[in-house]
Amino acid sequence: MTYIPISPKERDAMLATIGVKTLDELFESVPATHRFPKMDLPPALAEMEAAQLLGELAGGNENVRTDMISFLGAGMYNHYIPAVVNHIISRGEFYTAYTPYQPEISQGTLQAIFEYQSLMTALTGMELSNASHYDGATATAEAVNLAFAQFRGKRAKVVVSPSVHPHYRETLRTYTQGMGVTIAGEDSNVSASPAALARFIDDQTCLVVVQYPDFFARIFDYTELINEAHARGALVCVVANPTALALLKTPGSMGADIVVGEGQPLGLPMWFGGPSLGFFTTKKSYVHKMAGRLVGETMDSRGQRAYVLTLTAREQHIKRERATSNICTNQGLLALASAVYLSVMGREGLREVANLCYQKAHYAAEQISQIPGFGLCFSEPFFHEFAVCCPRPVAEINAHLLEHGIIGGYDLGNDYPALKDHMLIAVTEMNSKDEIDMLVEALKEASHG
Amino acid sequence: MTNILPNLKYTESDEWFDPATGKIGISDYAQGQLSDIVFVEILVAAGDTVEKGTPIASVESVKAAAEVYSPVAGTVAAVNEGLADNPETINSDPYGAAWMIQLEGADGSSMMDAAAYEQSTASRAH
Amino acid sequence: MVNPTLEKVEEKKTVEPTLFELSSPGRRGVTMPASDVPHFDLPESGLLRDELPLPELAEVDVVRHYMHLSKFNYSVDQGFYPLGSCTMKYNPKINEDTCRLPGFVHTHPLQPIETVQGNLALMFELQEWLKEISGFAAVTLQPAAGAHGEFTGVLMMRAYHLARGDAKRTKMLIPDAAHGTNPASAGMLGMQVVVIPSDARGNVDLAALKAECDDTVVGMMLTNPNTLGLFDENIEQVVKMVQDCGGLMYGDGANLNALLGIVRPGDLGLDVMHFNLHKTFAVPHGGGGPGSGPVGVSARLADFLPEPLVGILEEGDDEQPPFYGFVRPPQSIGRMKAFHGHFGGGLVRAYTYIAMHGADGLKDVSQYAVLNANYLKARLEKVYKVPFDRICMHEFVMEGRFEGADIRALDISKRLMDFGFHPPTNYFPLIVPEALMIEPTETENKDTLDAFANALIAIAEEAKTDPQVIKTAPHTTPFGRMDEVKAARELVLCCWLPDNYDPEA
Repeated sequence: MTYIPISPKERDAMLATIGVKTLDELFESVPATHRFPKMDLPPALAEMEAAQLLGELAGGNENVRTDMISFLGAGMYNHYIPAVVNHIISRGEFYTAYTPYQPEISQGTLQAIFEYQSLMTALTGMELSNASHYDGATATAEAVNLAFAQFRGKRAKVVVSPSVHPHYRETLRTYTQGMGVTIAGEDSNVSASPAALARFIDDQTCLVVVQYPDFFARIFDYTELINEAHARGALVCVVANPTALALLKTPGSMGADIVVGEGQPLGLPMWFGGPSLGFFTTKKSYVHKMAGRLVGETMDSRGQRAYVLTLTAREQHIKRERATSNICTNQGLLALASAVYLSVMGREGLREVANLCYQKAHYAAEQISQIPGFGLCFSEPFFHEFAVCCPRPVAEINAHLLEHGIIGGYDLGNDYPALKDHMLIAVTEMNSKDEIDMLVEALKEASHG
Repeated sequence: MTNILPNLKYTESDEWFDPATGKIGISDYAQGQLSDIVFVEILVAAGDTVEKGTPIASVESVKAAAEVYSPVAGTVAAVNEGLADNPETINSDPYGAAWMIQLEGADGSSMMDAAAYEQSTASRAH
Repeated sequence: MVNPTLEKVEEKKTVEPTLFELSSPGRRGVTMPASDVPHFDLPESGLLRDELPLPELAEVDVVRHYMHLSKFNYSVDQGFYPLGSCTMKYNPKINEDTCRLPGFVHTHPLQPIETVQGNLALMFELQEWLKEISGFAAVTLQPAAGAHGEFTGVLMMRAYHLARGDAKRTKMLIPDAAHGTNPASAGMLGMQVVVIPSDARGNVDLAALKAECDDTVVGMMLTNPNTLGLFDENIEQVVKMVQDCGGLMYGDGANLNALLGIVRPGDLGLDVMHFNLHKTFAVPHGGGGPGSGPVGVSARLADFLPEPLVGILEEGDDEQPPFYGFVRPPQSIGRMKAFHGHFGGGLVRAYTYIAMHGADGLKDVSQYAVLNANYLKARLEKVYKVPFDRICMHEFVMEGRFEGADIRALDISKRLMDFGFHPPTNYFPLIVPEALMIEPTETENKDTLDAFANALIAIAEEAKTDPQVIKTAPHTTPFGRMDEVKAARELVLCCWLPDNYDPEA
């Protein structure tokens, strides 16, 4: 009865009010043959024991703050999270509230989401943002849902750049398997310029998906590709890294119709992959086809500025099988965390983070490219990650790095057969020059075998 | 008080059809049930042929969503292009400015007349 | 205080300025260290943005802003939150500590598996525990929320039929009391949704179900106990009818808080069910998310689970624990999201919760959840109409209206705020007029339940004596009723820095 605040005496009084004698009598509608099954679970732990057990499990990992040095990115990044973020999201007023369906007593959550939406539009250069999706991958899949609905299913082709995150492309394939959508472009050459993708775009294409910076952190201006897509009537979704957007030209200014991405770099822990948040921003003209919750400004009966969930008739609880998506939740608490992060970082702080990532990644790239046998795979400008060709299989190199307490880069051969023996190395503001130098030394050793 | 125009034909699902012009929309009763309409999308284009029951428009209010079905078969002669920008017109002028599409060659003779529709709406009131 | 009418107000009163309105040029929150590497030029200016229009605030500005906002929220930590179908139970504080242990927080999802054996062991055991609790053969932890789990389940049902060469199944049977996510999940896959009515006792109407059972049925999506809070008395027959025509049985786990240690959905023959860790297993709701929606399946669907699952790669022995890693089911529907699910915020908290309850503790959870719901129902059914007169499970639905009074469920809900309570779910399920759906959960004491019942009884009295006080409620909250039409028509969805804001000033 760990968290049950009812005494045996109170229980008996309540049973009497109901008109039954025992708790078991409440379950007579459950088939008797299966009622009250035995469950083989470990014996219940006291809080102290649970704290110890979970401490042991957490201690069974090598974490990237105190145990290991990490150069792993590929969609999740080790950034500094200011202390204030965790303090605010640990307020029970925020984390133990439900979806703000009753706006009179939910203005805290509602204004926080409205501000999150505002911050995301400022970052991406778009006209509006929803209250968030599960993660960057599902936000990308929801962009397909939007485009497919926008053309009422009459355009059923999606052109996807091969340098969109492999997990995102896989998720997109899972999501669309019942929709009759064909996916093109994924197998094209990753070394080709984005313009090469244009040949896949035709009058059956509802959406073109590119990543910015791309999975290899290369920075391309997609303006021309977007113009080509628009000329053929297709929409364009740009999957963006939000930290990079502190420095880079916005996808909005390139003409993107939808800008989505993984919000984890904005003050969320990596947490072994989640939960994080997927941001979703678009143009006003697509708002009715966009999935997900949306907060809008209004006024209450006392003349006070206030906020409500709006355009809810788009969503599943009203539109049911005709809704664009079945999504119900948003990543509320994490959208709050990202809003807190962006507000304490501010315009200068976020630029500093992005610039540190850029500087350190470029230092690492310069040093690594000088090691015999190693070389940068691409020549385009890049942000805080870069692909390196290696003299030996990546798994062997990473095993060597691990012995030195270093978690190496992502093995690109997993997803791109043409990039066998290539590693994707991420460097953030958390990596010191000393750590980078250690990596370089360890790679030098590793290159000898 | 629900307004039901005598010169129009109606359906159980609250569409109206004007035999004189071929125009189609939703009734005053329907807009009242939906309450404040904030979005309308016409799902067909001029030149399309529609059957009886083809979805022709999608409507959303602050609290509800509904599909509008063609009450009759015909060829779409025109759609009300301006309606999407002023969805609230469906609340204020359901039989006039808020027509949705206009059909050619459509026959509404088997549809309910105003008297039958009035009975239908009255029987649905709780 | 006079409440001005909407028309009379010319300018909106600002209760708490936005972050953007609070911004002041040059103010700083967090500063970052100087770079310790040689300088590299940024890319050519054509690739860079000119301006970054984010607010400029000091840390104290930010903290006070959010503290002001927090005061406008109602929360479980503050009081009773009887939202039907949402299971707003108390969220134990220990879970907040365990999920923030550095070993969990600072692990990267793509780290070598030998460096994350703690995480993988936790995930493997949680899979095993959820199997044991639900009676299913296999569990995936990947789905991010209940609706995401539903979508996963429906994808697997589709894949199962297609793998058998059975391509004609397009029809999904869904009871009229179902959550909107059920038809929306089926709709995302282009399936035809067929609504099955409820009978006079609130069960699935067997005759109507039988009429739809044919060789085009993908399956049925059933919430049991249903959204009326009633356990379907013919559940075994329903499952048999659907499966006899070749369909699969989906269980919506939204109401699992009624069933822990009471009955295992897998034992009833269900093929697939999603769990809502944020309901049943006390993961906090976070103001609307994140959730966590693992899915359990029967043996015949196990090969279709999304990748990756956590498995044992090398068995352990007396000296060594097992070596865990990721495995891909042979006919997997694919990946539902990036990485491995809502590990930290979802799985660690749920694991902690289950570890502290054990089998008997979980049974207590459901027994007391059902006790509390029936107690409230017993106290209220003399004053409010409860349309189905049966013992309920963890929640019940009553009508929020009174003979001869122009009072609606919405009005009662708003008035409850004046009594210090969060209202129940209203206008759902759709089959009960003016529905008020009440789920007290097991973590409320008798005093709270009595106070809530007394408030509802007082409101029923007010409906006779002073209906206006209900119609214009709430009166004691910091905000009054909202102009929802204005929000939808004007569609102000974000704000910016003020027009005259000069960051260089």
